[in-house]
Amino acid sequence: MMDIQNSAWEIVRLARHPKRPTSKTVIKELFPDFIELHGDRLYGDDPSIIGGISSFLGQPITIIAQEKGTTTEDKIYRNFGMAHPEGYRKALRLMKQAEKYNRPIFCIIDTPGAYPGIGAEERGQAGAIALNLREMSRITVPIIAVVLSEGGSGGALGIGVGDSVAMFENSIYSILSPEGFASILYKDSSKAAEAASLMKLTAADLYQLEIIDAIFMEEGGLHISYQSGFNHLKSFLTQELNRLSQIPQEKLLEKRYLKYRKLGQYHIN
Amino acid sequence: MPEFLDDRQAKLNSFRKNVLKKETTSVPHNIPEGIFVQCEGCQTVIYQPKLDELNGVCPNCGYHAKISASKRLALVLDSNSFTEIDSDMTSVNPLSMPDYEKKLETAKTSTLMNEAFISGIGKIEGVKTAIGVLDSAFMMGSMGSVVGEKVTRLIETATKKNLPLIIFSASGGARMQEGILSLMQMVKTSAALAIYHEKKGFFISVLTNPTTGGVAASFASLGDINIAEKSSLIGFAGPRVIKQTIKQDLPEGFQTDDFQLKHGQVDFIIERKMLKSTLAKLLKWHRKDVISK
Ligand SMILES: [Zn+2]
Repeated sequence: MMDIQNSAWEIVRLARHPKRPTSKTVIKELFPDFIELHGDRLYGDDPSIIGGISSFLGQPITIIAQEKGTTTEDKIYRNFGMAHPEGYRKALRLMKQAEKYNRPIFCIIDTPGAYPGIGAEERGQAGAIALNLREMSRITVPIIAVVLSEGGSGGALGIGVGDSVAMFENSIYSILSPEGFASILYKDSSKAAEAASLMKLTAADLYQLEIIDAIFMEEGGLHISYQSGFNHLKSFLTQELNRLSQIPQEKLLEKRYLKYRKLGQYHIN
Repeated sequence: MPEFLDDRQAKLNSFRKNVLKKETTSVPHNIPEGIFVQCEGCQTVIYQPKLDELNGVCPNCGYHAKISASKRLALVLDSNSFTEIDSDMTSVNPLSMPDYEKKLETAKTSTLMNEAFISGIGKIEGVKTAIGVLDSAFMMGSMGSVVGEKVTRLIETATKKNLPLIIFSASGGARMQEGILSLMQMVKTSAALAIYHEKKGFFISVLTNPTTGGVAASFASLGDINIAEKSSLIGFAGPRVIKQTIKQDLPEGFQTDDFQLKHGQVDFIIERKMLKSTLAKLLKWHRKDVISK
């Protein structure tokens, strides 16, 4: 029990390591000719979510990526990766654009959660995420999503519905933070390590629950060296784009529906 | 009303009677719990049967108190028109979370429900409708696998049978005890609505007190018409979390039904006494035979 507890918490700490690369690094390494596209056309541009187009192995691809920021100044500018509704609406705009031009979509998830603030509520945070869930389930082009470090709740899900979903070895994906979970379960947020062990938030847990399809090994952690981990991502993306592009549209949507339809455990008396 | 509701009401009444007996014999000078309630709007103490008669609406200030799912169904459906579906579905403890079974048992005993969501087919002024109601008395109306599955099945039933759909939400969000599986119910329900939407189904989402978190950020916000019931707290994040994050006090009236209307997130606010007639009107205007003409 102790081992499991340590390993889940250890992964949480690695996922939040200050030297861990963010989405910007993934884009720089895998998509060097990336062109960023800004704004939701309704309210503003949310720097917590980067969107744009790139080529990948000679084919255009739409990129949607949550960005936590690197320097202190950048982190504040990016709002620590916590998007407002305009971020989700920008993402949806660009996904619809990808659908129009029949190019696949690649989403990089890295957020503690959607921003809980006054402006976010005024502009309809709940509705923005809900609409993305509904629309992403029916976008007619392949969607591949990867959790880079932190997949925080509905905020992660808002760009996370896909045909193929993967996680890095030392990333987490959960309903709320271990601290938040501990403060509810134990009325004590300092018991986050214990909470983390119960929550089933590691890549291995999610793979076992059949929520994700692949795990990218990191060789000591992305904060030490990201080359090998990024290579795994690159080959996965290559393989999945190739596989998914051969599935007829209707079948693709049906499979995506069933992927989520089967999730959940219950008893019928 | 259908038998199961009468049955539940009878059990509830006997439960209350027993509580009353105990309370009055042990502490006769106190107000017996469950018989008088304090209005959350104006703090007036109201006789519970009186409040029940008024469908939970305070006679003094008009505040809409929470009502149970069965009461809600009785309020909007034509009598004897309801057939419940998936009533025998119960929660398991997929992540082996401590005390979850105990919490479920307590919720079942106090609400006499199997889970936080009742669903089925009923009629509203004669219009056959797929209808579902969340009950916040059952573990805060939180959405775990069972609620997600039942909501999804209801939407799929509405799609298959070509019926309009009404869901009353009352929920604190995703159910923490089922972790990531609860989160995935948000996708499952929204994806089912996507297909219903493509088939031109008509979905009225009624957001009641409270509708927040994972329920607000999935099916509850996806109505063709989103209606907020009076006296409701509606939002993505809970007020406590927002206050902690921004480290300042929240403005007066934040996340109320009026707030949501003002910010364009709901179509209108409904008073409980107008609920049935308004739903009936909207249903009739969206009947498939009306639309096709
Ligand atoms: Zn009152």
